[in-house]
Amino acid sequence: MDFSWLLPLLIILGKSLLLIAALLIFVAYILYADRKIWAAVQLRRGPNVVGPWGLLQSFADMLKFVLKEPIIPDGANKGVFLLAPFVMGTLSLAAWAVVPVADGWAIADLNVGILYIFAISSLGVYGVIMGGWASNSKYPFLSALRSAAQMVSYEVSIGFVIVTVLLVAGSLNLSDIVRAQDTAYGALGWYWLPLFPMFIIFFISALAETNRPPFDLVEAESELVAGFMVEYSSVPYMLFMLGEYVAIVTMCALTVILFMGGWLSPIPFAPFTMVPGVIWFVLKTCMVFFMFAMVKAFVPRYRYDQLMRLGWKVFLPISLFMVVAVAGVLQFMQVKGWR
Amino acid sequence: MSVASAFFYLFSGIMIASAFMVIAARNPVHSVLFLILAFVNASGLFILLGAEFLAMILVVVYVGAVAVLFLFVVMMLDVDFAELKQGFLQYLPVGALIGIIVAIELVLVVGGFTPSPATMAAARSPTPPDVSNTMALGLVLYTKHVYFFQAAGMILLTAMIGSIVLTLRHKPGVKRQDISEQNARTREEAMEVRKVPSRKGV
Repeated sequence: MDFSWLLPLLIILGKSLLLIAALLIFVAYILYADRKIWAAVQLRRGPNVVGPWGLLQSFADMLKFVLKEPIIPDGANKGVFLLAPFVMGTLSLAAWAVVPVADGWAIADLNVGILYIFAISSLGVYGVIMGGWASNSKYPFLSALRSAAQMVSYEVSIGFVIVTVLLVAGSLNLSDIVRAQDTAYGALGWYWLPLFPMFIIFFISALAETNRPPFDLVEAESELVAGFMVEYSSVPYMLFMLGEYVAIVTMCALTVILFMGGWLSPIPFAPFTMVPGVIWFVLKTCMVFFMFAMVKAFVPRYRYDQLMRLGWKVFLPISLFMVVAVAGVLQFMQVKGWR
Repeated sequence: MSVASAFFYLFSGIMIASAFMVIAARNPVHSVLFLILAFVNASGLFILLGAEFLAMILVVVYVGAVAVLFLFVVMMLDVDFAELKQGFLQYLPVGALIGIIVAIELVLVVGGFTPSPATMAAARSPTPPDVSNTMALGLVLYTKHVYFFQAAGMILLTAMIGSIVLTLRHKPGVKRQDISEQNARTREEAMEVRKVPSRKGV
Protein backbone atom coordinates (compact mmCIF):
# COMPACT_ATOMS: atom_id res chain seq x y z
CA MET A 1 0.00 0.00 0.00
CA ASP A 2 1.14 3.51 -0.80
CA PHE A 3 1.74 5.74 2.21
CA SER A 4 3.09 8.79 0.40
CA TRP A 5 0.02 10.79 1.49
CA LEU A 6 0.86 10.30 5.15
CA LEU A 7 3.59 12.95 5.41
CA PRO A 8 1.57 15.80 3.82
CA LEU A 9 -1.35 14.80 6.05
CA LEU A 10 0.81 15.09 9.16
CA ILE A 11 2.16 18.46 8.00
CA ILE A 12 -1.38 19.76 7.45
CA LEU A 13 -2.44 18.44 10.85
CA GLY A 14 0.52 20.16 12.51
CA LYS A 15 -0.23 23.46 10.75
CA SER A 16 -3.90 23.28 11.71
CA LEU A 17 -3.09 22.60 15.37
CA LEU A 18 -0.63 25.48 15.41
CA LEU A 19 -3.19 27.84 13.87
CA ILE A 20 -5.96 26.73 16.24
CA ALA A 21 -3.70 27.13 19.28
CA ALA A 22 -2.60 30.61 18.18
CA LEU A 23 -6.20 31.54 17.37
CA LEU A 24 -7.56 30.38 20.72
CA ILE A 25 -4.92 32.32 22.66
CA PHE A 26 -5.65 35.35 20.47
CA VAL A 27 -9.38 34.98 21.18
CA ALA A 28 -8.70 34.74 24.93
CA TYR A 29 -6.94 38.11 24.81
CA ILE A 30 -9.51 39.59 22.42
CA LEU A 31 -12.15 38.76 25.03
CA TYR A 32 -10.01 40.41 27.71
CA ALA A 33 -9.44 43.45 25.47
CA ASP A 34 -13.17 43.69 24.78
CA ARG A 35 -13.95 43.84 28.50
CA LYS A 36 -11.10 46.25 29.23
CA ILE A 37 -12.09 48.66 26.45
CA TRP A 38 -15.72 48.51 27.47
CA ALA A 39 -14.70 49.19 31.06
CA ALA A 40 -12.40 52.07 30.10
CA VAL A 41 -15.18 53.81 28.16
CA GLN A 42 -17.44 53.55 31.21
CA LEU A 43 -14.63 54.70 33.56
CA ARG A 44 -14.43 51.31 35.24
CA ARG A 45 -11.29 49.21 35.71
CA GLY A 46 -12.51 45.97 34.14
CA PRO A 47 -11.00 42.57 34.97
CA ASN A 48 -7.91 43.23 37.10
CA VAL A 49 -7.65 40.45 39.68
CA VAL A 50 -6.51 37.23 37.99
CA GLY A 51 -2.86 37.57 36.98
CA PRO A 52 -1.00 40.86 36.44
CA TRP A 53 -3.53 43.50 35.21
CA GLY A 54 -6.08 40.68 35.01
CA LEU A 55 -4.31 39.18 32.01
CA LEU A 56 -5.27 35.62 32.94
CA GLN A 57 -8.98 36.40 33.37
CA SER A 58 -10.11 34.54 30.23
CA PHE A 59 -8.27 31.40 31.29
CA ALA A 60 -9.82 31.54 34.75
CA ASP A 61 -13.24 31.89 33.12
CA MET A 62 -12.54 28.89 30.90
CA LEU A 63 -11.52 26.78 33.87
CA LYS A 64 -14.70 27.75 35.67
CA PHE A 65 -16.90 26.82 32.69
CA VAL A 66 -15.19 23.44 32.39
CA LEU A 67 -15.59 22.64 36.10
CA LYS A 68 -19.27 23.61 36.33
CA GLU A 69 -22.10 21.15 35.91
CA PRO A 70 -23.80 21.17 32.50
CA ILE A 71 -27.56 21.41 32.97
CA ILE A 72 -29.89 20.07 30.30
CA PRO A 73 -33.54 21.17 30.67
CA ASP A 74 -36.10 18.43 31.06
CA GLY A 75 -38.14 19.32 27.98
CA ALA A 76 -35.14 19.91 25.76
CA ASN A 77 -34.45 17.89 22.65
CA LYS A 78 -31.23 16.47 24.03
CA GLY A 79 -29.34 15.58 20.86
CA VAL A 80 -29.98 18.85 19.05
CA PHE A 81 -29.48 20.79 22.28
CA LEU A 82 -25.94 19.46 22.68
CA LEU A 83 -25.18 19.50 18.96
CA ALA A 84 -25.88 23.24 18.58
CA PRO A 85 -22.85 24.60 20.51
CA PHE A 86 -20.57 22.13 18.77
CA VAL A 87 -21.88 23.25 15.37
CA MET A 88 -21.25 26.86 16.32
CA GLY A 89 -17.74 26.26 17.66
CA THR A 90 -16.61 23.98 14.85
CA LEU A 91 -17.93 26.15 12.03
CA SER A 92 -16.37 29.32 13.33
CA LEU A 93 -12.98 27.61 13.63
CA ALA A 94 -13.38 25.96 10.21
CA ALA A 95 -13.47 29.35 8.48
CA TRP A 96 -9.82 29.90 9.43
CA ALA A 97 -8.67 27.10 7.11
CA VAL A 98 -8.49 29.54 4.20
CA VAL A 99 -7.43 32.78 5.90
CA PRO A 100 -3.96 33.84 4.71
CA VAL A 101 -2.27 35.38 7.76
CA ALA A 102 0.85 36.13 5.70
CA ASP A 103 2.00 35.56 2.11
CA GLY A 104 1.55 31.82 1.55
CA TRP A 105 0.57 31.16 5.16
CA ALA A 106 -2.89 29.73 4.52
CA ILE A 107 -3.61 26.11 5.42
CA ALA A 108 -5.70 25.68 2.27
CA ASP A 109 -5.16 28.29 -0.45
CA LEU A 110 -8.55 27.62 -2.05
CA ASN A 111 -9.28 29.44 -5.28
CA VAL A 112 -12.83 30.05 -3.99
CA GLY A 113 -11.59 31.09 -0.54
CA ILE A 114 -13.95 34.03 -0.12
CA LEU A 115 -16.95 31.90 -1.11
CA TYR A 116 -15.84 29.30 1.42
CA ILE A 117 -15.82 31.86 4.23
CA PHE A 118 -19.17 33.21 3.05
CA ALA A 119 -20.62 29.69 3.04
CA ILE A 120 -19.25 28.86 6.48
CA SER A 121 -20.51 32.10 7.99
CA SER A 122 -23.95 31.50 6.47
CA LEU A 123 -23.97 28.12 8.21
CA GLY A 124 -23.27 29.83 11.54
CA VAL A 125 -26.97 30.62 11.92
CA TYR A 126 -27.71 26.92 12.46
CA GLY A 127 -26.00 26.87 15.84
CA VAL A 128 -28.35 29.63 16.98
CA ILE A 129 -31.50 28.15 15.46
CA MET A 130 -30.82 24.64 16.76
CA GLY A 131 -29.96 25.93 20.22
CA GLY A 132 -33.05 28.14 20.29
CA TRP A 133 -35.41 25.44 19.17
CA ALA A 134 -33.97 22.55 21.19
CA SER A 135 -34.13 24.53 24.44
CA ASN A 136 -37.95 24.20 24.26
CA SER A 137 -38.41 27.58 25.87
CA LYS A 138 -39.96 30.84 24.69
CA TYR A 139 -37.09 33.31 24.92
CA PRO A 140 -34.55 31.12 23.11
CA PHE A 141 -37.05 30.43 20.34
CA LEU A 142 -37.83 34.14 19.85
CA SER A 143 -34.10 34.77 19.76
CA ALA A 144 -33.62 32.07 17.12
CA LEU A 145 -36.34 33.71 15.00
CA ARG A 146 -34.66 37.09 15.28
CA SER A 147 -31.22 35.74 14.54
CA ALA A 148 -32.29 33.90 11.41
CA ALA A 149 -33.99 36.97 9.97
CA GLN A 150 -31.07 39.21 10.91
CA MET A 151 -28.31 36.99 9.56
CA VAL A 152 -30.10 36.26 6.28
CA SER A 153 -30.79 39.99 5.75
CA TYR A 154 -27.25 41.17 6.35
CA GLU A 155 -25.71 38.33 4.38
CA VAL A 156 -27.29 39.83 1.28
CA SER A 157 -25.48 43.14 1.63
CA ILE A 158 -22.23 41.45 2.70
CA GLY A 159 -22.50 39.35 -0.46
CA PHE A 160 -22.80 42.42 -2.68
CA VAL A 161 -19.93 44.19 -0.90
CA ILE A 162 -17.76 41.13 -1.49
CA VAL A 163 -18.80 41.13 -5.16
CA THR A 164 -17.49 44.68 -5.63
CA VAL A 165 -14.14 43.70 -4.09
CA LEU A 166 -13.99 40.61 -6.29
CA LEU A 167 -14.72 42.70 -9.39
CA VAL A 168 -11.79 44.99 -8.63
CA ALA A 169 -9.39 42.23 -7.54
CA GLY A 170 -10.42 39.83 -10.31
CA SER A 171 -10.08 36.75 -8.13
CA LEU A 172 -11.92 34.73 -5.49
CA ASN A 173 -8.68 33.66 -3.85
CA LEU A 174 -8.02 35.54 -0.61
CA SER A 175 -4.25 35.70 -1.20
CA ASP A 176 -4.78 37.09 -4.71
CA ILE A 177 -7.18 39.71 -3.32
CA VAL A 178 -4.42 40.89 -0.97
CA ARG A 179 -1.80 40.82 -3.73
CA ALA A 180 -4.09 42.91 -5.95
CA GLN A 181 -3.93 45.65 -3.28
CA ASP A 182 -0.11 45.71 -3.38
CA THR A 183 0.49 49.04 -5.11
CA ALA A 184 3.12 51.78 -4.84
CA TYR A 185 0.73 53.90 -2.74
CA GLY A 186 0.81 51.66 0.31
CA ALA A 187 -2.17 52.14 2.62
CA LEU A 188 -3.80 54.55 0.14
CA GLY A 189 -3.92 51.84 -2.53
CA TRP A 190 -5.88 49.40 -0.38
CA TYR A 191 -9.53 48.97 -1.23
CA TRP A 192 -10.91 50.89 1.76
CA LEU A 193 -10.27 54.15 -0.10
CA PRO A 194 -11.41 53.42 -3.68
CA LEU A 195 -14.41 51.42 -2.41
CA PHE A 196 -15.02 53.67 0.58
CA PRO A 197 -18.79 53.41 1.15
CA MET A 198 -18.47 49.64 0.78
CA PHE A 199 -15.92 49.52 3.58
CA ILE A 200 -18.36 51.17 5.97
CA ILE A 201 -21.25 48.97 4.84
CA PHE A 202 -19.10 45.87 5.26
CA PHE A 203 -18.05 46.91 8.75
CA ILE A 204 -21.61 47.57 9.89
CA SER A 205 -22.92 44.39 8.25
CA ALA A 206 -20.13 42.44 9.94
CA LEU A 207 -21.36 43.79 13.29
CA ALA A 208 -24.86 42.62 12.44
CA GLU A 209 -23.70 39.27 11.09
CA THR A 210 -21.81 38.45 14.29
CA ASN A 211 -24.63 39.70 16.56
CA ARG A 212 -22.42 42.36 18.07
CA PRO A 213 -23.92 45.44 19.70
CA PRO A 214 -25.67 47.62 18.48
CA PHE A 215 -27.25 44.69 16.60
CA ASP A 216 -27.28 42.16 19.44
CA LEU A 217 -31.06 41.78 19.43
CA VAL A 218 -30.51 38.04 19.43
CA GLU A 219 -29.33 38.21 23.02
CA ALA A 220 -30.81 41.52 24.09
CA GLU A 221 -30.78 41.09 27.84
CA SER A 222 -33.53 43.61 28.51
CA GLU A 223 -35.94 41.71 26.27
CA LEU A 224 -34.81 38.10 25.95
CA VAL A 225 -32.60 37.54 29.04
CA ALA A 226 -29.72 35.88 27.16
CA GLY A 227 -31.49 34.89 23.96
CA PHE A 228 -30.71 31.45 22.61
CA MET A 229 -28.17 30.84 25.40
CA VAL A 230 -30.67 31.10 28.28
CA GLU A 231 -30.79 27.36 28.95
CA TYR A 232 -27.10 26.71 28.41
CA SER A 233 -24.47 26.32 31.09
CA SER A 234 -20.93 25.08 31.51
CA VAL A 235 -19.02 23.78 28.45
CA PRO A 236 -21.89 24.12 25.93
CA TYR A 237 -22.22 27.77 26.93
CA MET A 238 -18.48 28.22 26.62
CA LEU A 239 -18.56 26.75 23.11
CA PHE A 240 -21.26 29.26 22.11
CA MET A 241 -19.19 32.08 23.56
CA LEU A 242 -16.04 30.81 21.85
CA GLY A 243 -17.84 30.40 18.52
CA GLU A 244 -19.18 33.93 18.76
CA TYR A 245 -15.78 35.48 19.47
CA VAL A 246 -13.97 33.39 16.84
CA ALA A 247 -16.61 34.55 14.34
CA ILE A 248 -15.92 38.14 15.36
CA VAL A 249 -12.17 37.68 14.85
CA THR A 250 -12.91 36.04 11.48
CA MET A 251 -14.94 39.06 10.43
CA CYS A 252 -12.12 41.39 11.56
CA ALA A 253 -9.61 39.33 9.57
CA LEU A 254 -11.92 39.37 6.54
CA THR A 255 -12.21 43.16 6.77
CA VAL A 256 -8.42 43.34 6.86
CA ILE A 257 -8.04 41.04 3.85
CA LEU A 258 -10.72 42.65 1.70
CA PHE A 259 -10.17 46.32 2.50
CA MET A 260 -6.94 46.85 4.43
CA GLY A 261 -4.31 45.00 2.45
CA GLY A 262 -4.01 41.82 4.53
CA TRP A 263 -0.37 41.21 5.41
CA LEU A 264 0.92 44.20 3.37
CA SER A 265 2.86 46.99 5.02
CA PRO A 266 0.99 50.32 5.11
CA ILE A 267 4.15 52.20 4.06
CA PRO A 268 5.61 50.48 1.02
CA PHE A 269 9.37 50.99 1.49
CA ALA A 270 12.38 49.43 3.13
CA PRO A 271 12.24 49.39 6.95
CA PHE A 272 8.50 48.76 7.03
CA THR A 273 8.37 46.08 4.34
CA MET A 274 10.96 44.04 6.27
CA VAL A 275 8.51 43.49 9.14
CA PRO A 276 7.01 39.98 8.75
CA GLY A 277 3.55 40.03 7.13
CA VAL A 278 1.91 38.16 10.00
CA ILE A 279 2.71 41.04 12.37
CA TRP A 280 1.02 43.57 10.12
CA PHE A 281 -1.93 41.20 9.78
CA VAL A 282 -2.34 40.78 13.54
CA LEU A 283 -1.91 44.53 14.15
CA LYS A 284 -4.57 45.40 11.59
CA THR A 285 -6.93 42.74 12.93
CA CYS A 286 -6.51 44.19 16.42
CA MET A 287 -7.23 47.66 15.04
CA VAL A 288 -10.48 46.53 13.43
CA PHE A 289 -11.41 44.71 16.62
CA PHE A 290 -10.78 47.89 18.58
CA MET A 291 -13.40 49.57 16.39
CA PHE A 292 -15.78 46.63 17.06
CA ALA A 293 -15.22 47.05 20.80
CA MET A 294 -15.69 50.83 20.72
CA VAL A 295 -18.96 50.47 18.82
CA LYS A 296 -20.14 48.07 21.52
CA ALA A 297 -19.18 50.54 24.19
CA PHE A 298 -20.92 53.66 22.92
CA VAL A 299 -23.72 52.88 20.48
CA PRO A 300 -27.19 52.15 21.89
CA ARG A 301 -28.98 49.02 20.71
CA TYR A 302 -31.08 49.22 17.55
CA ARG A 303 -34.81 48.61 17.51
CA TYR A 304 -35.69 45.52 15.47
CA ASP A 305 -37.59 47.37 12.73
CA GLN A 306 -34.71 49.84 12.40
CA LEU A 307 -32.34 46.91 11.97
CA MET A 308 -34.44 45.44 9.16
CA ARG A 309 -34.85 48.83 7.53
CA LEU A 310 -31.11 49.46 7.57
CA GLY A 311 -30.39 46.10 5.97
CA TRP A 312 -33.03 46.02 3.27
CA LYS A 313 -33.80 49.67 2.52
CA VAL A 314 -30.41 51.32 2.97
CA PHE A 315 -27.56 48.84 2.54
CA LEU A 316 -29.10 46.64 -0.14
CA PRO A 317 -29.87 49.49 -2.63
CA ILE A 318 -26.50 51.18 -2.01
CA SER A 319 -24.49 47.99 -2.45
CA LEU A 320 -26.55 46.92 -5.46
CA PHE A 321 -25.93 50.28 -7.09
CA MET A 322 -22.22 50.10 -6.24
CA VAL A 323 -21.86 46.68 -7.88
CA VAL A 324 -23.23 48.14 -11.12
CA ALA A 325 -21.18 51.33 -10.78
CA VAL A 326 -17.91 49.54 -10.01
CA ALA A 327 -18.40 47.07 -12.86
CA GLY A 328 -19.21 49.98 -15.21
CA VAL A 329 -16.14 51.98 -14.18
CA LEU A 330 -13.88 48.96 -14.57
CA GLN A 331 -15.33 48.15 -17.98
CA PHE A 332 -15.11 51.67 -19.42
CA MET A 333 -11.75 52.59 -17.91
CA GLN A 334 -10.28 49.29 -19.13
CA VAL A 335 -8.46 48.81 -15.81
CA LYS A 336 -5.44 46.54 -15.98
CA GLY A 337 -6.18 42.90 -15.23
CA TRP A 338 -9.88 43.34 -16.01
CA ARG A 339 -11.20 41.65 -19.09
CA MET B 1 -7.48 2.96 -2.01
CA SER B 2 -6.53 6.58 -2.50
CA VAL B 3 -7.45 9.40 -0.13
CA ALA B 4 -9.87 10.84 -2.68
CA SER B 5 -11.83 7.60 -3.00
CA ALA B 6 -11.89 7.20 0.79
CA PHE B 7 -13.48 10.63 1.02
CA PHE B 8 -15.85 9.76 -1.82
CA TYR B 9 -17.15 6.74 0.12
CA LEU B 10 -17.30 8.79 3.32
CA PHE B 11 -19.33 11.61 1.76
CA SER B 12 -21.62 9.39 -0.28
CA GLY B 13 -22.14 6.97 2.61
CA ILE B 14 -23.17 9.75 4.99
CA MET B 15 -25.28 11.34 2.27
CA ILE B 16 -27.26 8.16 1.56
CA ALA B 17 -27.67 7.43 5.26
CA SER B 18 -28.87 10.96 6.02
CA ALA B 19 -31.18 10.93 2.98
CA PHE B 20 -32.72 7.78 4.40
CA MET B 21 -33.02 9.39 7.82
CA VAL B 22 -34.89 12.34 6.25
CA ILE B 23 -37.84 10.04 5.63
CA ALA B 24 -37.25 7.75 8.61
CA ALA B 25 -36.86 10.35 11.38
CA ARG B 26 -39.93 10.72 13.60
CA ASN B 27 -39.42 14.38 14.37
CA PRO B 28 -39.80 16.61 11.26
CA VAL B 29 -37.16 19.04 12.57
CA HIS B 30 -34.68 16.16 12.71
CA SER B 31 -35.67 15.36 9.11
CA VAL B 32 -34.74 18.86 7.99
CA LEU B 33 -31.44 18.68 9.89
CA PHE B 34 -30.64 15.40 8.12
CA LEU B 35 -31.58 17.06 4.82
CA ILE B 36 -29.01 19.77 5.60
CA LEU B 37 -26.41 17.09 6.34
CA ALA B 38 -27.19 15.54 2.94
CA PHE B 39 -26.71 18.95 1.24
CA VAL B 40 -23.36 19.48 2.94
CA ASN B 41 -22.15 16.04 1.89
CA ALA B 42 -23.32 16.69 -1.67
CA SER B 43 -21.15 19.79 -1.70
CA GLY B 44 -18.26 17.63 -0.47
CA LEU B 45 -18.82 15.38 -3.50
CA PHE B 46 -18.77 18.45 -5.76
CA ILE B 47 -15.38 19.41 -4.30
CA LEU B 48 -14.04 15.92 -5.03
CA LEU B 49 -15.20 16.38 -8.65
CA GLY B 50 -13.20 19.63 -8.84
CA ALA B 51 -16.34 21.79 -9.04
CA GLU B 52 -15.55 23.94 -6.00
CA PHE B 53 -17.67 26.90 -7.18
CA LEU B 54 -20.80 24.75 -7.38
CA ALA B 55 -19.96 23.21 -4.01
CA MET B 56 -19.76 26.58 -2.28
CA ILE B 57 -22.86 27.94 -4.04
CA LEU B 58 -24.76 24.83 -2.95
CA VAL B 59 -23.86 25.52 0.66
CA VAL B 60 -24.57 29.27 0.44
CA VAL B 61 -27.90 29.00 -1.37
CA TYR B 62 -29.44 25.73 -0.21
CA VAL B 63 -27.99 25.29 3.26
CA GLY B 64 -27.49 28.94 4.19
CA ALA B 65 -30.78 30.33 2.91
CA VAL B 66 -33.36 27.84 1.64
CA ALA B 67 -32.95 25.26 4.40
CA VAL B 68 -33.09 27.96 7.11
CA LEU B 69 -36.55 29.02 5.95
CA PHE B 70 -37.53 25.38 5.58
CA LEU B 71 -36.41 24.67 9.12
CA PHE B 72 -38.48 27.56 10.40
CA VAL B 73 -41.63 26.50 8.62
CA VAL B 74 -41.25 23.01 10.09
CA MET B 75 -40.49 24.36 13.57
CA MET B 76 -43.57 26.60 13.53
CA LEU B 77 -45.91 23.84 12.31
CA ASP B 78 -47.86 22.17 15.04
CA VAL B 79 -47.78 18.61 13.75
CA ASP B 80 -49.68 15.88 15.54
CA PHE B 81 -47.60 12.75 14.96
CA ALA B 82 -50.18 10.25 16.17
CA GLU B 83 -52.68 11.61 13.67
CA LEU B 84 -50.08 11.48 10.91
CA LYS B 85 -49.31 7.83 11.60
CA GLN B 86 -52.99 6.86 11.67
CA GLY B 87 -53.68 6.92 7.97
CA PHE B 88 -50.36 5.28 7.13
CA LEU B 89 -51.68 1.80 6.23
CA GLN B 90 -54.65 3.23 4.40
CA TYR B 91 -52.45 5.19 2.00
CA LEU B 92 -49.72 2.53 1.74
CA PRO B 93 -50.96 0.84 -1.49
CA VAL B 94 -51.31 4.11 -3.40
CA GLY B 95 -47.98 5.39 -2.08
CA ALA B 96 -46.21 2.15 -2.90
CA LEU B 97 -47.69 2.15 -6.42
CA ILE B 98 -46.47 5.71 -7.08
CA GLY B 99 -43.07 4.84 -5.64
CA ILE B 100 -42.72 1.80 -7.89
CA ILE B 101 -43.76 3.76 -10.99
CA VAL B 102 -41.21 6.50 -10.22
CA ALA B 103 -38.51 3.87 -9.57
CA ILE B 104 -39.24 2.12 -12.89
CA GLU B 105 -39.14 5.44 -14.75
CA LEU B 106 -35.82 6.32 -13.12
CA VAL B 107 -34.34 2.97 -14.11
CA LEU B 108 -35.58 3.40 -17.70
CA VAL B 109 -34.22 6.93 -17.96
CA VAL B 110 -30.85 6.19 -16.37
CA GLY B 111 -30.51 2.89 -18.27
CA GLY B 112 -31.07 4.54 -21.65
CA PHE B 113 -28.84 7.52 -20.89
CA THR B 114 -25.82 8.09 -23.14
CA PRO B 115 -23.86 11.34 -23.09
CA SER B 116 -23.56 13.05 -26.46
CA PRO B 117 -20.27 12.37 -28.29
CA ALA B 118 -19.47 16.09 -28.34
CA THR B 119 -19.67 16.29 -24.54
CA MET B 120 -17.50 13.22 -24.14
CA ALA B 121 -14.90 14.71 -26.47
CA ALA B 122 -14.94 17.95 -24.51
CA ALA B 123 -14.64 16.09 -21.21
CA ARG B 124 -11.55 14.24 -22.46
CA SER B 125 -9.73 17.41 -23.51
CA PRO B 126 -7.37 18.70 -20.80
CA THR B 127 -8.54 21.54 -18.56
CA PRO B 128 -6.51 24.71 -19.19
CA PRO B 129 -4.46 25.31 -16.02
CA ASP B 130 -5.04 29.09 -15.81
CA VAL B 131 -8.85 28.93 -15.94
CA SER B 132 -10.57 28.16 -12.64
CA ASN B 133 -14.04 26.70 -12.85
CA THR B 134 -15.56 29.93 -11.52
CA MET B 135 -14.08 31.80 -14.49
CA ALA B 136 -15.03 29.02 -16.89
CA LEU B 137 -18.67 29.20 -15.75
CA GLY B 138 -18.67 32.98 -15.98
CA LEU B 139 -17.19 32.96 -19.47
CA VAL B 140 -20.04 30.84 -20.91
CA LEU B 141 -22.85 31.97 -18.64
CA TYR B 142 -22.57 35.66 -19.50
CA THR B 143 -21.72 35.27 -23.20
CA LYS B 144 -23.07 32.17 -24.85
CA HIS B 145 -26.06 31.54 -22.57
CA VAL B 146 -26.76 35.11 -21.51
CA TYR B 147 -30.40 35.08 -22.71
CA PHE B 148 -31.21 31.90 -20.80
CA PHE B 149 -29.46 33.33 -17.78
CA GLN B 150 -31.50 36.54 -17.99
CA ALA B 151 -34.68 34.54 -18.56
CA ALA B 152 -34.01 32.51 -15.41
CA GLY B 153 -33.48 35.76 -13.52
CA MET B 154 -36.77 37.17 -14.84
CA ILE B 155 -38.65 34.02 -13.79
CA LEU B 156 -37.21 34.25 -10.29
CA LEU B 157 -38.10 37.94 -10.11
CA THR B 158 -41.66 37.21 -11.18
CA ALA B 159 -41.97 34.50 -8.55
CA MET B 160 -40.61 36.87 -5.94
CA ILE B 161 -43.04 39.67 -6.84
CA GLY B 162 -45.87 37.12 -7.00
CA SER B 163 -45.22 35.81 -3.50
CA ILE B 164 -45.02 39.34 -2.11
CA VAL B 165 -48.30 40.31 -3.80
CA LEU B 166 -50.00 37.17 -2.45
CA THR B 167 -48.96 37.78 1.14
CA LEU B 168 -49.28 41.57 1.26
CA ARG B 169 -52.16 42.66 3.46
CA HIS B 170 -53.20 46.23 4.06
CA LYS B 171 -54.86 46.41 7.43
CA PRO B 172 -56.47 49.73 8.25
CA GLY B 173 -55.72 51.28 11.61
CA VAL B 174 -52.32 49.67 12.15
CA LYS B 175 -49.77 51.97 13.76
CA ARG B 176 -46.48 51.88 11.90
CA GLN B 177 -43.07 53.41 12.44
CA ASP B 178 -42.40 56.20 9.97
CA ILE B 179 -38.63 56.47 10.00
CA SER B 180 -38.37 59.59 7.84
CA GLU B 181 -40.81 61.40 10.11
CA GLN B 182 -38.85 60.27 13.17
CA ASN B 183 -35.58 61.42 11.68
CA ALA B 184 -37.05 64.78 10.66
CA ARG B 185 -37.91 65.67 14.24
CA THR B 186 -35.93 68.56 15.58
CA ARG B 187 -34.81 69.23 19.09
CA GLU B 188 -37.45 71.92 19.51
CA GLU B 189 -40.44 69.67 18.84
CA ALA B 190 -39.05 66.59 20.54
CA MET B 191 -38.14 67.97 23.93
CA GLU B 192 -38.97 70.80 26.20
CA VAL B 193 -36.96 72.09 29.14
CA ARG B 194 -38.86 73.39 32.13
CA LYS B 195 -37.76 74.86 35.37
CA VAL B 196 -39.61 72.91 38.03
CA PRO B 197 -40.08 74.91 41.22
CA SER B 198 -39.60 72.91 44.35
CA ARG B 199 -42.83 71.40 45.89
CA LYS B 200 -44.94 72.67 42.98
CA GLY B 201 -44.64 70.03 40.28
CA VAL B 202 -44.78 70.68 36.55
